[in-house]
Amino acid sequence: MSLMIIRRALGALLLISAPLVAQDTTRGVRIGLTYDPGARPGVVVLPGKGVGADSIRAIIQRDLDFGDRVSVIELDAGALGEANRAASPNWRVLAKLGAAAAVQVTLTSTGLHLAVYDVPKQTTALIRDYVAPPMSQMRGWRAVLHGLSDDLEESFTGTRGIARTRVLFARANRLWAVDSDGEQMVLVAETGTPLSAAWHPNGTMITYTTLIPSQVVVKDLSSGRERTVAGGSGVFISPVFTPDGSSVVYGHGVDDGVDIYIAPVTGGGGRRLSVGRGSDNVSPSFSPDGRRIAFMSGRAGHPEIYTMDADGTNVDLLTPLEFGENAHRAAPDWSPDGGSVAFHSKIGGTFQIMTISLRDRGLKQLTSDGRNEDASWAPDGRHLTFTSNRSGVKQLWVLDVETSRSRQLTRGAGEARNPAWSPRLSSN
Amino acid sequence: MTRRIVLSFVVLLGAAWLGACRKKPEPAPAPAPTTVALADNAASQRRADSIAAEAARRRADSIAAEAAHRRADSLANARGGSATDADAQRVQNVLRQNLSQAVYFDYDKDQLRDEAHVILDGKAAILMANAAVTLAITGHTDEQGTAEYNLALGQRRAAQVKRYLVSKGVEEGRLTAQSLGDSQPAVQGTDEASYQQNRRAEFVAGNASGALARPRS
Repeated sequence: MSLMIIRRALGALLLISAPLVAQDTTRGVRIGLTYDPGARPGVVVLPGKGVGADSIRAIIQRDLDFGDRVSVIELDAGALGEANRAASPNWRVLAKLGAAAAVQVTLTSTGLHLAVYDVPKQTTALIRDYVAPPMSQMRGWRAVLHGLSDDLEESFTGTRGIARTRVLFARANRLWAVDSDGEQMVLVAETGTPLSAAWHPNGTMITYTTLIPSQVVVKDLSSGRERTVAGGSGVFISPVFTPDGSSVVYGHGVDDGVDIYIAPVTGGGGRRLSVGRGSDNVSPSFSPDGRRIAFMSGRAGHPEIYTMDADGTNVDLLTPLEFGENAHRAAPDWSPDGGSVAFHSKIGGTFQIMTISLRDRGLKQLTSDGRNEDASWAPDGRHLTFTSNRSGVKQLWVLDVETSRSRQLTRGAGEARNPAWSPRLSSN
Repeated sequence: MTRRIVLSFVVLLGAAWLGACRKKPEPAPAPAPTTVALADNAASQRRADSIAAEAARRRADSIAAEAAHRRADSLANARGGSATDADAQRVQNVLRQNLSQAVYFDYDKDQLRDEAHVILDGKAAILMANAAVTLAITGHTDEQGTAEYNLALGQRRAAQVKRYLVSKGVEEGRLTAQSLGDSQPAVQGTDEASYQQNRRAEFVAGNASGALARPRS
């Protein structure tokens, strides 16, 4: 855990001991913290004043913690009490705690006010105001706060956080979306057994299939409007948008296996891309540059991961061919940096999440606890979400590939499966 | 007494044209993967189990059907109706039961078992005798794979069934093959017995509100 509890008996923690030099800074200024990949900058989230202060602090701390790039330094009750009485940061004590930066966020009449303090330099490094809906509009308010956390992470480490993202998933034959911190679960689609949702690169539209009737749907999340992109007899499976957002690529089959098709979002029918000759070809996933598609195919007699050009030519087997009834590799997801493909593979009678490097075909096994499948990368290319039964019931979990830390994302009744992590969102 | 004779006659008739119509099963269209000896034993065991399970199911079904017939008969007799109406109703029930009876599959497979061929031969004969009737075939799976994989597998199962019926002479336009994947299990449960009951193709007849004609041999 990157949440560290520092020294219980801190007395007059945050009283003024040095004059504060406040300065206004331009937006986006990088705070001069050295980011050493082996260590993480320690950050204190100071208690704010007034309404919502506790929630604000808790949400930011959790966002930074879940980002796995910054160490959140926790303050104990005594320190918190002192801090609530102090007017400005106690640089000496903050430095003693090992903090490289301190953050303070307060609720204003128009949204949120952020101040970031550079502890070694003992200066205010950043002041910024955010427009946010009132706290009563909880989902919209939290989204702005998550965006603030992402700004912080970018300031501290150079990499933007993923707090302002959501994950789509299926549960009880319905589609749901949940915030990256596991909160604010909302129903997205419920009629006709919707499945297999995926995000448009702009984060405002999604695509998914329904079973009854059999079709591929594109839905605008802000307006709620839906349209059918492809439909009819047979089955439609695993739709995704092309990286330029203009078309939907999906699996479709009637009598002779399932092949991968492409159809423009605006309508006009589907065109076949893969030539499966009766085998199943599903779960397309684009390389970030849009040039290649990874997909699962049963053409070798059992499921393996293949890649092909975006026009369906130059099919190439990606995973090393395995013989025997047990071989089963499926559900590829191309990493945001284009360097690897995550998938699940049958290992030891159950399924585990693996990655394969596109450079040298090196394989890495990422999970080992329980049965794990259906990986979906976060936009930072470092976290991914997947379905796991390790808690006894299938739920979504999040894994940090760099540290192997995992956390449970969904809770509650009913199996959660089929996750899709959104791009970074700028509007909800 | 008369009831039993007529019922036996119908069953014998059914068995006779079933025997006459049965042909050699078609080879599976997909290339078979290389198998390991251990898996074969497991598969044989599963097949044996499922044959037993299916036989038990059919016995239970026919016992229930017989009980229903006796109830219908006693009602007919009480109303002063003739034994023939009840017989005709019984024949209709058997025909509809044949049409709607599900077929079952091995784990991760879409190949038709021998019992499935027998059941599908029966459906084909009824469809050939009733040219207006349509059949909607839906393929289902157990919950063991991912939702997407199971959708494709369910479609393969439905397509296999449809292909077989077409090979028996049923017009393709009368059959539809769809998949519901693992979204509608027949039974809840995470043991193999439950999974087996979910790996199935189901059938819904359309344009079949009137009396069905019996197949001729």
